[in-house]
Amino acid sequence: MAKKLKKVDVVTVGVGWTGGIIAAELTKQGVQVVGLERGKARSTEDFQHVHDEYRYAIRYELMQDLSRETITFRNHRDERALPMRQLGSFLLGEGLGGAGVHWNGQTWRFLPYDFEIKTKTEEKYGPNKLGSDYTLQDWGITYEELDPYFYKFEQMAGISGEDNPKGAPRNNPYPTPPMKETPITKLFKDAAKNKNLHPVHIPSGNLSERYENPDGQTINQCQYCGFCERFGCEYGAKTSPNVTVIPTAKKTGNFELRTHANVTEILYDGSKATGVKYVDLQTGEEFIQPADVVVLTSYVMNNARLLLQAGIGKPYDPETRTGVIGKNYCYQILPGATGFFEDKKFNTYMGAGALGAAVDDYNGDNFDHSKLDFIHGGVLAISQTGQRPINNNVVPNDTPNWGKEFKAQSIKYYHRNLAIGAQGASIPHRNNYLSLDPDYKDVFGFPLLRMTYDFTEQDRKLHDYLSGKCADIMKEMGADIVEPREIKDHYSIVPYQTTHNTGGVIMGADPETSAVNNYLQMWDADNLFVVGASAFAHNGGYNPTGTVGALAYRAAEGIMKYRENKGQLVKAKAASKRA
Amino acid sequence: MADENTKSTMSRRRFIKNSSYVAGGAIGGGFLGTILGRNVFTDNQQQASPEKNNNANDYNRALMYFTRQKDFDILSAATERIFPEDENGPGAIKLGVPYFIDHQLAGAYGHNDREYMQRPFYPGSDFQGYQTRLKRHEVFMVGIQAIENESQKGFDSSFLDLEDKQKDEILQKFQDGKVDLKGVTPTTFFELLRSATLEGAYSDPLYGGNGNMEGWLMKEYPGNYMSYINDIGKDKFIKKEPKPLRAHFAS
Ligand SMILES: Cc1cc2nc3c(=O)[nH]c(=O)nc-3n(C[C@H](O)[C@H](O)[C@H](O)COP(=O)(O)OP(=O)(O)OC[C@H]3O[C@@H](n4cnc5c(N)ncnc54)[C@H](O)[C@@H]3O)c2cc1C
Ligand code: SF4
Repeated sequence: MAKKLKKVDVVTVGVGWTGGIIAAELTKQGVQVVGLERGKARSTEDFQHVHDEYRYAIRYELMQDLSRETITFRNHRDERALPMRQLGSFLLGEGLGGAGVHWNGQTWRFLPYDFEIKTKTEEKYGPNKLGSDYTLQDWGITYEELDPYFYKFEQMAGISGEDNPKGAPRNNPYPTPPMKETPITKLFKDAAKNKNLHPVHIPSGNLSERYENPDGQTINQCQYCGFCERFGCEYGAKTSPNVTVIPTAKKTGNFELRTHANVTEILYDGSKATGVKYVDLQTGEEFIQPADVVVLTSYVMNNARLLLQAGIGKPYDPETRTGVIGKNYCYQILPGATGFFEDKKFNTYMGAGALGAAVDDYNGDNFDHSKLDFIHGGVLAISQTGQRPINNNVVPNDTPNWGKEFKAQSIKYYHRNLAIGAQGASIPHRNNYLSLDPDYKDVFGFPLLRMTYDFTEQDRKLHDYLSGKCADIMKEMGADIVEPREIKDHYSIVPYQTTHNTGGVIMGADPETSAVNNYLQMWDADNLFVVGASAFAHNGGYNPTGTVGALAYRAAEGIMKYRENKGQLVKAKAASKRA
Repeated sequence: MADENTKSTMSRRRFIKNSSYVAGGAIGGGFLGTILGRNVFTDNQQQASPEKNNNANDYNRALMYFTRQKDFDILSAATERIFPEDENGPGAIKLGVPYFIDHQLAGAYGHNDREYMQRPFYPGSDFQGYQTRLKRHEVFMVGIQAIENESQKGFDSSFLDLEDKQKDEILQKFQDGKVDLKGVTPTTFFELLRSATLEGAYSDPLYGGNGNMEGWLMKEYPGNYMSYINDIGKDKFIKKEPKPLRAHFAS
């Protein structure tokens, strides 16, 4: 029998970026918060021997242990979904700080266009640009409303950046200047300028200089050590929950962190979430943690799964196109171009997760789509993250992937290849969604989350277009061989792409078509907030966490309001007609 | 030991030859001294047999997983075809890749410890990934035995006695999915073999491959440095003496 604990003000499920932000903001204002994190505690001290590509980047030491829990996957509704038995396409976080420990730190704001994408697309291109299978929706909030929350996140995290003429407009400068210029970023910027584009340094969470944030936490200066993406930072120079919001919450004395605490159920009485049930993974004991406010901060997958399992909110049904939980799951496409240089070697082994340069000229609606048969776009960037030798054996297309020729070419081009990559926006489609798997279970006997997802026609067209643009810049950079990337026949769960999963518990103005309001408060349970990229109504053309962070600050404010006023914080818009 | 010395001199010479180190600068005046004194690691360099080499650091060049020497030899021969010795430098065998794989198969990797291995198992599409009920160590055994069977079938001889070209033909059949395997697809096995070989060639020498960091030397990869902040802006390609993770213990 589960042991019932004393009721607390707020409980969060997971303590990564979103859980950490909620905990810091609320505890600073005197609220008692319990953070339940299924993984172990981690801090900078754990990363002193982290420069090990095999252990961390290949065997995924810091990521989710799939033996307990995974997702199942299929491309189409008429297939049988099978478990993702090994990590691949995306790398789910586990342990204190979540994926915020081993992220790169590229920190963008989504564009004003993103938040009102349906309205703005229809205004400019008419109601039928993509057709009715694409479940495009506004987010129920505007960029102007979100601007202060973006800034809060950037200030807390110390983001290093510069003005971006094609990016979302800013009212404040970045807290720290951009990272260093390198021969690679310079080559890209010069080429982009020659093409009349507007290159900038990538806004970075690997800090250009030592910085103290408004909460008094220090983030150190990045050393460009080349072990960043997939690694924890041995200097405390990569902004992470562990060096910012988690210590801030702890300092207040109002935060109780419980690690090895795996939440298995949200307890729901039909109108409110009364608390959560969790298992202590070290003792096997079960606990019930009652709370006035329950906050899901467990990343996209478990945010959706825990709701589906508890029966909170109506599950999305792609047949009838009704329901909301699991709807608008989106991912990303990765167009790009690789350039091979015969006579030039670059120091690609050096780098930092968010070191690079980018252009937004082909993002959002920054270019005219009247004559194009797709919408949106993506940021085009060259990044210098540190090329390590197991994962980087890039060879021209016609080279085999083993044997004598492979060895020679992969060695030859190791420091002689550069890639420009785009993060292509992902537009929701009625057939891409999350639901519960009918067959496969986690170690506790609960159904796994099932992902049904494939690339769409929109994806293929956008991919072609952006790969072409990347190739144009790469040619201008002087590469001898330029190879644009092609999109695969189907989305595959196997090769790493990005950990930029979005949707499933989306925000909006209308309870018929969205799960949470613009404070990320559930329409169907006033005291339940669901925070993360799960709230994205589509995925924009950037990495998500800048926008996730802004939404988390917004949600924290919502929770404080709810504690005073109770009830729904936003008046629902009358049911709108669905496309 | 004479044998060992020649080898380390050769590799030292190759290293110096392939490199255009600037005296002073980022590397520091102690550079040549460091490389010449790099004895801690020279013993990892070659796949020396235990009788010939009594250096303590070679004790880990023994079998943790395989029970039959022949299976291990077939694995070794296959990895050498994936990553052969050439003008760039040593191949998989000299780098110690077969020992790397043997040791990995004995542990968490070989037993899919952190992976979802619950039933039911169905074949799945190419886009759904690893779906065999076999664990990696079993996949390797099935695959290695199948390599030998294919060799007997096709050439009436052991894989170990084949010409390089014939070995490649057989491996290609696995990559192309043209072999019948029990419990796992030949392409799954081949992809594991291929990726494990590269992992052994280029992982930190702590794992038993990348002997004497020669994998990194070939690629001019410096391994594990704490900081590049003073070099990242520089135009020229900078070569550095590779450092293993073990160097982190020093200070
Ligand atoms: C390799 C990599 C690189 C990335 N690079 C970038 C980048 O450059 N820019 C960018 O914007 N984004 C990047 N991301 C994405 C970024 O890490 C995430 O957007 C961010 O961490 C999401 O925060 P979160 O709080 O929603 O989830 P997480 O940070 O993942 O935290 C969720 C936490 O919840 C815990 N949890 C889950 N389920 C349970 C449960 N049932 N019980 C208890 N605890 C639970 C998990 O263990 C985890 O600690 C990257 C991700 C990866 C993996
Ligand atoms: S590149 Fe910079 S931020 Fe990243 S791990 Fe190294 S020192 Fe830390």
